[in-house]
Amino acid sequence: MTALLSLRGVRKTYPAPAAARSRVREQARVVLDDIDLDVDRHRCVVLIGASGSGKSTLLRVVNLLDEIDDGQILLDGQDVADPRLDANAVRARMGMVFQAYNLFPHMRVLDNVTLALRLVHRRPREEADAAAVEMLRRVGLAHKATAYPDQLSGGEQQRAAIARALVHGPELLLLDEVTSALDPELVGEVLDLLAELRGEGRTMLVATHEMGFARRVADEVCYLHDGQVHERGTPEQVLGDPQRERTRAFLSRLAS
Amino acid sequence: MSDTAEARPWSPSPLALERAAFRRAQRRRSGLVALVSTALVVTAVVLVVVGAPGWERARTAFFDPENAWAALPAILEGLWLNLRVWVIAGTVGTLLGLGLAILRTSRIPALFPVRALAIGYIDLFRGVPVLLVLYLVGFALPALRLEWLPTSSAFLGALAIVLTYTAYLAEVFRAGIESVHPSQVAAARSLGLSRAQSMRTVVLPQAVRNVTAPLANNLISLQKDSGLISVLGAVDAIRAAQIATTGTYNFTPYVVAGLLFFLVSFPLTRAVDAYQRRRGWGRSLATVTGGGDIR
Repeated sequence: MTALLSLRGVRKTYPAPAAARSRVREQARVVLDDIDLDVDRHRCVVLIGASGSGKSTLLRVVNLLDEIDDGQILLDGQDVADPRLDANAVRARMGMVFQAYNLFPHMRVLDNVTLALRLVHRRPREEADAAAVEMLRRVGLAHKATAYPDQLSGGEQQRAAIARALVHGPELLLLDEVTSALDPELVGEVLDLLAELRGEGRTMLVATHEMGFARRVADEVCYLHDGQVHERGTPEQVLGDPQRERTRAFLSRLAS
Repeated sequence: MSDTAEARPWSPSPLALERAAFRRAQRRRSGLVALVSTALVVTAVVLVVVGAPGWERARTAFFDPENAWAALPAILEGLWLNLRVWVIAGTVGTLLGLGLAILRTSRIPALFPVRALAIGYIDLFRGVPVLLVLYLVGFALPALRLEWLPTSSAFLGALAIVLTYTAYLAEVFRAGIESVHPSQVAAARSLGLSRAQSMRTVVLPQAVRNVTAPLANNLISLQKDSGLISVLGAVDAIRAAQIATTGTYNFTPYVVAGLLFFLVSFPLTRAVDAYQRRRGWGRSLATVTGGGDIR
């Protein structure tokens, strides 16, 4: 059986900043360097690594929010990096949750959650509302459905964003450091929700700084360094007994 | 999930009472100071104006009630034209401006020539004085003798104003569109929304909200500039006032016209101020953390 998501030789560079371009011919920055990665159905792959190691970019290119320079992104065997494909339809099969929630401030929580159902999946309003309310109940926010995002705490906003990413039944869930903007006492409520989703067998690709969470939910942990998968394996291997010097150094920096 | 604890009964401590008393006294004192300083300024202005050697003559020339009453019907009739031009030109200009701003951000290849034209148009009409546009449209267009084109000065004047203000308003909307953070677009697109869908449902509502103040500024300024169509011969409030002054050498009608313009725009400015104050989405600023006064 093919993996739900496979990355083959994915390479992504960002152009040198325009200001530097005039003076020194600066090289384009390589953010993803020949990445191979598989996420099987009902599995959870966790990406760890320092800021700038390429975790977020990897999630963005999978969600087709950024274009890759080379390689393949295979979703269910189909190369979705192909520019001939309808990117909107591909994105509609995934759900992405962002570090800063990115809720739409001018819409009530309910409308945030129903937007894609109504516009992309063409569901009638009542049906979309019912599905959204059900999803909000799942994340413990049914009582906030008519509130605006700025009336919610950070943890509530992130749970609303998770509901928004889940309501259309995505095949793949992409989570980009979803607890990094939260106060420590709010991190738990979001991580518990994610662990619950993991228990339901959702396919997830997660970038995180929470090693405890990685240990708890990951089937595979990938340590990214300078745009390369530097070490990968089960959480016990990579987090408990890292084989490579850089991984050890990264983990010990976190521990201290 | 959140169960709020029962609040404990509270009666203000002596410290709080003492502070509240101090704040009350300070408010009273501020009010008194404001009152005295206002009285001083008003007295000074009145003394200077009324004490001026030409005050008697100026008063009859600019504030003559009889003259004002006599000119009022004609000026009101002119103002009706201003209001019509304002509403029509404002509506058309706002819609066209919004359309141009959206067009500038679109990536549809077939629209490239339209985009290029739009940019050229905006650059040109932002840089040319509105008075000049009025003369050119008002005198050059009829010279073409196009039969389907109305030649009334009110129509041509409104057209010139629409041409100029569409360019201004397009830039206002563009600033609004650019003020919406890219992460909002990323969130919309990640849900599968198309470029057009995310523009319509996510970007534009926030963009318009962000530029309410400059938008209202432009519309108020358009209301006043609607008086400029009188250079083409249309009898608006200003022109009516001008006609009323000829022969009498009494300028009261101008004051009347100015007062009427002010009365029209003032409620709008106040309404926009009030709208701007509720900055949080869906509620007033006072309930937002950090939205209160800072000592």
